[in-house]
Amino acid sequence: MNRREILRRTAAAGLLATPAAGLLAGCATSGGDDKGDAGTYKGTKSEQNPLGVKEDAPLEVVIFNGGFGEDYAKAHEAMYKEKYPKAEIKHSATQEINKTLQPRFVDGTPPDVVNNSGAGQIDFNGLVSQNAVADLNELLDAPSLDQPGKKVRETLLPGAVEVGSYDGKFLVLNYTYTAYGIWYSTKLFTERNWQYAKTWDEHIALCKQIKAAGIAPWTYAGKHPRYMSWPLIATAIKFGGPSVAMAIDNLEPNAWKSDAMKAAADAWYQIVKDKYILDGTPGLDHIQSQTAWCQGKAAFISCGSWLENEQAKVTPAGFNMTIAPTPSLGSGDKLPFEAIRGTAGEPFIVPSKAKNVAGGMEYFRVMLSKKGAQDFTKKVSSLTVVAGTTEGVELPFGLSTVVKALEASGSNGFNWVYNNYYRKLERELVDAACGEFFSGRSTPAEFLDACQKGADSIAQDSSIKKYKRAA
Amino acid sequence: MRHGKYPLIITFLVPPLLLYGIFVLSPYLQAFQISTTNWLGYSAHADSVGMANFRTLWHDGQVWNAIKNNAVMLAVVPVLTIGLGLFFATMLNMGGRKGRAGVTGVRGTAFYRMVYFFPQVLSVVIIALLWREVYHPNNGLLNGALRAFGLPAPTWLGDPRTAFWCVLAVMVWSNVGFYVVLFGAAMAAIPRDIYEAVMLDGASRWTTLRRITVPLLWDTVQVAWIYLAIAALDGFILVQQMTNGGPNFSSDVIGLRMYETAFGSETKFGYASAIGVVMLFLTLSVAVLALRTGRRDRIEYL
Repeated sequence: MNRREILRRTAAAGLLATPAAGLLAGCATSGGDDKGDAGTYKGTKSEQNPLGVKEDAPLEVVIFNGGFGEDYAKAHEAMYKEKYPKAEIKHSATQEINKTLQPRFVDGTPPDVVNNSGAGQIDFNGLVSQNAVADLNELLDAPSLDQPGKKVRETLLPGAVEVGSYDGKFLVLNYTYTAYGIWYSTKLFTERNWQYAKTWDEHIALCKQIKAAGIAPWTYAGKHPRYMSWPLIATAIKFGGPSVAMAIDNLEPNAWKSDAMKAAADAWYQIVKDKYILDGTPGLDHIQSQTAWCQGKAAFISCGSWLENEQAKVTPAGFNMTIAPTPSLGSGDKLPFEAIRGTAGEPFIVPSKAKNVAGGMEYFRVMLSKKGAQDFTKKVSSLTVVAGTTEGVELPFGLSTVVKALEASGSNGFNWVYNNYYRKLERELVDAACGEFFSGRSTPAEFLDACQKGADSIAQDSSIKKYKRAA
Repeated sequence: MRHGKYPLIITFLVPPLLLYGIFVLSPYLQAFQISTTNWLGYSAHADSVGMANFRTLWHDGQVWNAIKNNAVMLAVVPVLTIGLGLFFATMLNMGGRKGRAGVTGVRGTAFYRMVYFFPQVLSVVIIALLWREVYHPNNGLLNGALRAFGLPAPTWLGDPRTAFWCVLAVMVWSNVGFYVVLFGAAMAAIPRDIYEAVMLDGASRWTTLRRITVPLLWDTVQVAWIYLAIAALDGFILVQQMTNGGPNFSSDVIGLRMYETAFGSETKFGYASAIGVVMLFLTLSVAVLALRTGRRDRIEYL
């Protein structure tokens, strides 16, 4: 047989194989829908077992292997196993939640607990609008595992339920409690005899002093400039009240161009104009900028309370990082200086098509027990949404300042959730606008225009489900 | 033996063809089907929306911006890479003029060849990480060198005027080595006596390259052109790892748009598939064009 003949026959074989491939096409979107409730695990509800967990039903937990690692989850799983010794627990950890789990969601065989977090987080708007997440309301009304006489709902910090609610349904358990603010080194400030400024004018004066001492006043995550949107929006909310955030979350027309946002953008433009930002910052990612800050090259940085844990390896001894609220614009501010953005973070869900929904919720009840929460705080030095679990736990310096700041802020604390509702708006659009603004390439007006344009593009996109919040 | 050949051929061909059909062809076909739906990726539910995704795409400024960047890459990357590849290959194979008679490379050819091929051994992600540090505005190798000479130190990946070109430079850097080896191998197949004759006639190196080497290497150059054109329409890994499309979308590419739409900031798998389908046709057209315009007569040595 010569070469040509082989080629011809090969082509024929290829044609034969094509119809088989054609039959397979269409499978990616065709699984799961009609499987219904068959094969889910249900037990009998009782006082001891309020969620109706089937005691020998297997439980599959998928953890995001990020800053918190996976050991804390193994501890929670051990606690679950203690309660249900017959249950077999399948644990796995990944950094790519979306790519690992997407086929399983489509197939209708998702795991029972998903820690949907990190850069590979599945966009919640997409998950929620496809009814892929189970309603956790039952969990909130179940009694707490180790706080007698209290429902789970009553053991949580204020705001924890609201953040995970979409159209009034509690769907996402955000397990950690995170404060967002401006960080500085107590050591550096004591050595130089600097005082953290409570008003914006004083802050600018302090920046001048810091710059004169040969240190850059500010640095930020240049490649993720949205980190700087946090103090800017916080300044606006403290100036104009929580309605500023509500308008942004609800995609109201011109929410980004409100007077409060204008005042805040004008104020923050000062640190750009006066060159109070470390040279080269726009080219740094979050770790690089935080490391420069830890090395004392810059005095201030904007971050959430995970900062201490993230930088643990490179922070010099005695650095003593402290979180502080954003400075007040003036005496006309609606919220006091102490008000700080505190919110529940680190989302966990039970997929609605999970085999063991009751078990997933019971696992959350274990996480939200006093014992489970304290163990978490000890292991990863982060607060949880469970109130009063830091008693008797020795906290690292930075985290102890977070606790104090949250206490001082009290009922004046505020939050926004547009980043949960519309991931693209914060991650791509506001992010890009912040990059231009804080590297001095756009004016405050242009910055707010760009943010507004982004919000409008989301508002006009009929393929994105919209959510509103009333409080 | 004659009777045994069909079972043998079939046993060897059917498994790979089946695998190819299932894992390559069927997803391609499926992408077409998904691109006509509003599938959001995390349930089995999807409505057919006809050509709506493609209409949206036509008016999507972000996608056009990404296509524009890919177009620039398409215009620059192959030319630069092939140019540099040809230059280095020539120098390594016939650049030496001093010393022994005949056609040899410059001194240290073996060493250079190894060094040029080095990036090819590294994974693309490692290359991206490496260069991210090289471009580091304060501690990077590049700015360190610039400062040593008293030159200004730009922020490279943090500046929309330079970020895209920085990524493009890395793309060229990481590809050149392979083409040096490819062209080198092709040059080795050109009979030496042609070069000896040219040298006797007193041709310069440039003339030799332009009039002798390139025409004789044309087939190889054409293959290189197609490979590089396809690579230029991708660029996803480097961009995602080095700049993630920023700052302000200045280094965005179509592949990254598709990824962000499906897995990143949204879960619009239907729309992302539409972007993928457009990418497929762009790549196909470019490959076909490159083949058509580059067609010349083949030279066979006897």
